[in-house]
Amino acid sequence: MISLAQTYIIEVMTIILYCLLIFVPLLLGVVMALYADRKIWAAVQKRRGPNVVGPYGLFQVPADGLKFIFKEIILPDGSDKTVFLIAPIITLALSITAWAVVPVQAGVVLANINVGILYIFAISSLGVYGILMAGWSSNSKYPFFGALRSAAQMVSYEVSIGFVIITVLLCVGSLNLTEIVMAQKTMWFFIPLFPMFIVFFISALAETNRPPFDLPEAESELVAGYQTEYSGMPFVLFLFGEYINILLMCAMTTILFLGGWLPPIDIYPLNAVPGFVWFLLKVIFVFYLFAMVKAFVPRYRYDQLMRLGWKVFLPLSLFAVVATSSILFFFNLAPGM
Amino acid sequence: MKIINFLKSFLLLDFLKAFYLAQKYFFRKKATINYPFEKGKLSPRFRGEHALRRYPSGEERCIGCKLCEAVCPAQAITIETQPRDDGTRRTLRYDIDMVKCIYCGLCEESCPVDAIVQGPNFEFTTETRKELYYTKEKLLENGDRWETVIAENLEADAKYR
Repeated sequence: MISLAQTYIIEVMTIILYCLLIFVPLLLGVVMALYADRKIWAAVQKRRGPNVVGPYGLFQVPADGLKFIFKEIILPDGSDKTVFLIAPIITLALSITAWAVVPVQAGVVLANINVGILYIFAISSLGVYGILMAGWSSNSKYPFFGALRSAAQMVSYEVSIGFVIITVLLCVGSLNLTEIVMAQKTMWFFIPLFPMFIVFFISALAETNRPPFDLPEAESELVAGYQTEYSGMPFVLFLFGEYINILLMCAMTTILFLGGWLPPIDIYPLNAVPGFVWFLLKVIFVFYLFAMVKAFVPRYRYDQLMRLGWKVFLPLSLFAVVATSSILFFFNLAPGM
Repeated sequence: MKIINFLKSFLLLDFLKAFYLAQKYFFRKKATINYPFEKGKLSPRFRGEHALRRYPSGEERCIGCKLCEAVCPAQAITIETQPRDDGTRRTLRYDIDMVKCIYCGLCEESCPVDAIVQGPNFEFTTETRKELYYTKEKLLENGDRWETVIAENLEADAKYR
């Protein structure tokens, strides 16, 4: 007979195991993403990128991480120290939390909840709090400006991302991420919804503060934006949070438009490959696009950024919602009707 | 015109062009060298770390004329001289403050006996400032170490002087 304490311990251990199951691959993914980012950027500029630490420079990122761990955590005199330290933790925690509902293969998902996409949307909206808190508590002008910009930018682009997601949901008829992928069995959504795919991709860049929309940390204007006052471990937490968010956006693009873990064509040698390999390949492909965009697009001016968000993407995605639902309605294609 | 511009930006044509260009450069030969493992070519006239040379007999070349000390614009060179037992004049001290030195090469130009030269070595960073105050011993040691390369370089450059 198992006592209550034992069940409790087993329960806790399972939860911790699940957490590790998602955290460790994610950490590895971030390390690889940071490395790939620098390598791709270097290659476009005809440089070599990190190539000294370890084979092909693969240990450069862990070495950097180790350096950050041993660095002093500087707490600015005028800062609100509690909030200052909580901010990076919130950023990292939220970005990891969102991964709980991401399915990497049929049935391989930590929490297969019915409102998966809504959950991700809600969590990534909360992500802006970490940045706002960092900017506010630093009590310094550059972080403050960075946080203001970041908040405005993330809010603006979340609107168009929301509408893009709605167009996808109209074609699926479910908020469950697994069902969204399964609905793409016949055709990946980026073919019928191609303009929305582009809008989503660009909005994802803006949402994750990637270049060309990296205004919150535009080093030529704001030193390092909301991260200016951070050093050592808190800085690493921000960096990791940011990159986990980028990977999340890559995964979202994959799930919503590129058919998740589904093979390109459902024929023998392709569908024998396990689903998560396809998922990984697609995420890597999207991340490659992210990194390439960073290498060749100059940074937007702030008013251009806002114009693009509110005057181009918002009407476009709104129109797409109306158009998609009209087509689905008149041709009787809407799922569940 | 306006419509064309609109279509251009709407279809992301510039963006696609840039992507194509970036992708092309992605596979190009790297412009940078793999520095600590491979090094760029240096001219024979390269003005690197200083060295005091010797004659093939082992006798040091410097005769203590102090022309280099006089010409040095950064006043990095300090020389003290004394007659030796055989009646020739030699240096007691020959110090170069490598922190002050601006690597202009005037000491090398002024030397009548090609004693003080600037060799091809540029990797002589140190962890303390003190190590950069070069003494006569250090400079002679440099000369012994780099003599072959320095001699080759002087030979290669001689016809242009």
